[in-house]
This record gives sequence, C-alpha cells and structure tokens, in this order.
Amino acid sequence: MRSRRKDPHTASRRVSPTRTRTVVAPDPVTEVRVSLRVNGTPITRPVEVRRTLVDFLREDAGLTGTHIGCEHGVCGACTILLDGQPVRSCLLFAVQVDGAEITTVEALGTPDALSPLQEAFADHHALQCGFCTPGFLMTAHALLRDHANPSDEAIRDALGGHLCRCTGYQPIFDAVRAAASRGTE
Amino acid sequence: MKPAPFKYLAPRSRPEALDALRRYGPDAKVLAGGQSLVPLLAMRLARPSVIIDLNRAPDLAFIRSTTIGLTIGAMTRQGAVEADAVVAARAPLLADSLRWAGHPEIRTRGTIGGSLAHADPSAELPAVAAVLGARFVLASTRGERLLDAARFFLGYLSTALQPDELLTQVRWPAQPPDAGWAFLEVARRHGDFALVGVAALVGLDGDGRCAAARLAFTGVGSGPVRVPEAEASMIGKRITDATAAEASRIVAGALDPDSDVHASASYRKHVAGVLAARALTQAARRARSAS
Repeated sequence: MRSRRKDPHTASRRVSPTRTRTVVAPDPVTEVRVSLRVNGTPITRPVEVRRTLVDFLREDAGLTGTHIGCEHGVCGACTILLDGQPVRSCLLFAVQVDGAEITTVEALGTPDALSPLQEAFADHHALQCGFCTPGFLMTAHALLRDHANPSDEAIRDALGGHLCRCTGYQPIFDAVRAAASRGTE
Repeated sequence: MKPAPFKYLAPRSRPEALDALRRYGPDAKVLAGGQSLVPLLAMRLARPSVIIDLNRAPDLAFIRSTTIGLTIGAMTRQGAVEADAVVAARAPLLADSLRWAGHPEIRTRGTIGGSLAHADPSAELPAVAAVLGARFVLASTRGERLLDAARFFLGYLSTALQPDELLTQVRWPAQPPDAGWAFLEVARRHGDFALVGVAALVGLDGDGRCAAARLAFTGVGSGPVRVPEAEASMIGKRITDATAAEASRIVAGALDPDSDVHASASYRKHVAGVLAARALTQAARRARSAS
C-alpha cells in the first residue's frame, strides 16, 4: 500500500487521531453456534458461517415453506420477517440472525385454517404454481400489519420487489387490496 | 450459487471494526446491509477470505442533526433515513431519492454507507452526495480523513477507501431552505437499477432567476457525473421550458455513457437530457413555492 503522504486522495485535512490500538476485534471463525426463534420456537444449531438464512430455514429448521428462487436478492421468493421486517433471507447469513426472531410463511395459517390474506390469494387466483407466493405473502402480511388501509400505490410499491411468472401480478394486487379492505370492515 | 468458504467476524463497535480492518483489510470485505455484497458472494464474483460484518456495531448507525446539516452513520438503514422526519425537513432530496433505491425489502437491510462504498455506477446515493456536497469520513486505526464526492468516487465500483479504511459516517449539509430540488429516474421497473437518474438542486434570486444550479447524473458514467456547462447555462436566467430545453441539449451533448444490455448509449444520452429539463423545472417550481 502506498504511504499516506504520497496518496493524492489524502490531500484533505486530517480530522482527528483515533485511539483504537488497545481495542481488539474478535478472531474470525468458520463455524458458529446460533440461537434464534423461528415462528416462536427456539432453535439452536451449529452453522457454517457461509450458510444463508434461507438454507438454514429449509435444511436445518426443516421449514420448506420459504422458497429459494434466484438466490441473489432479485426475485423475492425467500422473503421472511426478521424481527418483524420483511427481508430477503438469501441475502443474510444464519450467523447474522443469532438472537433474532424470524417469521416464515408457516406462521400465517395452516392448510385447514388459512389466514385472511391467504384466503384472499385463493379467492382472487393470486397464484398458479405457487413458487413465489410465500414471499408475496410475507411482504403483504407486514404491509397490512403496519397499514390498516394502504393506498394502491403503497401496495404496488411493496409488491414491486417480487417476481411472479404465472399470474401477471394484477390478481396478486387484487388479493392484497381485498385483504386490506376486509381488515378495515 | 453458494458463497465460497470464508472466515467471519462481527466487531461489536467502531473501534473493533477498525482493528479488524487493520488486521485483515487486504483480504477482507466489509459486510454492511449485504444487498450488493451477498449477491457478489453468491455468484462468486467476490471471494474474500474474511468477512467483517458491521451489523453488530451499534455505534455505526445513527442520524444526528448538526449545525450545518446531518451526520449519518454508515450502517444506518436506507429505510430508516427515508422515514426520518429530520432528514425529510433538512435534506428532502436525500429522503426522496431513497424511494428509488431498490425495493422496500431491500431498504430494510441496505445501508447508506454500504451503497456509497459499493459505488455502483447506477446507484442513486452517489449522485445525491455529489449534488448536496456530502463529505465522507474514512477512518482507520491511523486516523480519519474527510473527502468530498469528487475525491471519494474514483470509478466503476471504486472509491478512495484504502484496504484498512472504513467509511464510518457521511456528513450532509442541509439544503438551503429556499432551494428547490428534484430526483428523477428512468428504470425498467420501479426499484430496479436506474438506466439514468438525476439529482438537482436549484436556488433562485429575489427576481426569480436562477442563482445556483447543480445537476448530478447516475447511470451515465463510472460514477456520479456533474455537467458544469449545463449548470452554468442556467445562471441568471428564469427556468422556463425554453431554458430547460437548452440545458437538456447541453447535457445530452456532454455525456458519454456506455451501451449495455439494458440501454444504448444514445438512448441514455437522450433520457439524461429529458430528465435534466424535467428536474430543473421541478426544482425551480419547488424553489418558487418555498420563497
């Protein structure tokens, strides 16, 4: 590395010295024991640090409702709630959610007792193959939890982060719109 | 589509993060929100031997109001900045531009510092930083230095950050209360990467003529691109359809974007010109209603 003095990009003024030499960072590891809650159930497992959260949920926790689509953050199929917030579980490592509360599609309803949102999806034909559905459901679930009566624009903005190759999106929008309306009646 | 093996550590504070970079910097990648880095790991375009995860360092995430503006910790989530009332009041251009930065599920994790340090040529924040005159705090165990956008962004996915340095905070001067602003973008789908985007800041004099204009584009170069000739062309004039069209012509002539699978160079030049005129017009309208 070039010395500071010769680097043309260090021409700006020095702000302040930092006194950090005595602080020592943790040593890097390749495996970690993680403890978290998934849909209210505590789970503790050793994981390789490169294990993504979606692989952890499917392979280690046995919850295959969360789907792996593109595996690089584009399609939204793997969306789950991390401490209540919708996130892509393919863009997180399991080690990062140690101590967190994870909510997956398994928490919404059961085949015999669908959640109102899931019922609306069925009523409006908002799925065909169903591969993308868990991600759409989790994003829409968080939206309706936080906004009793979201605008059409807010619904479209939230759903915009998801890809569906079957339905053409409008039935999905209709389902979320209907679920929002039911919630306020 | 699984990342190659790496070693992982999660510093619990800014000083620990700087120590980690001192020890592992040349072999390490810093993990912020992970919305750009983790895809690169998954596709094995990045294969660092050490990942330094900043998500356990709470002292890197904050929004502070200062006398001159806002100081925002690098690990502050984009969604938190977007929703912050003080940011909306003092730097509305910054708050508004974040609506264009990916999708809501991306912004719950994506961070201010991560986006700026990644320096994607089609990202929104670098253009906003260039227009607002943001200053970047680069820290290491050797000390700190302050750079502006012109010195921080060095090219495609490239910044002035040295291997042992961390972008710890960004200082955003507040927008003048009577200035007008606009952020506009054209993308294939809202939330996707910009084909072209523009950030604009306009000040008018007491007579309603343009006293100051700044324009920065994204998606048309290796980083944020200012077009000083177009900015200068507006000074002393009223911003009308005719004068905005003149700026539009200057912008389209001055830019030299690349063609790629998403858009040709000539399309990008055309769109940049159109967006320049729209942004100047919208910013001038906001400035008139503010004064």
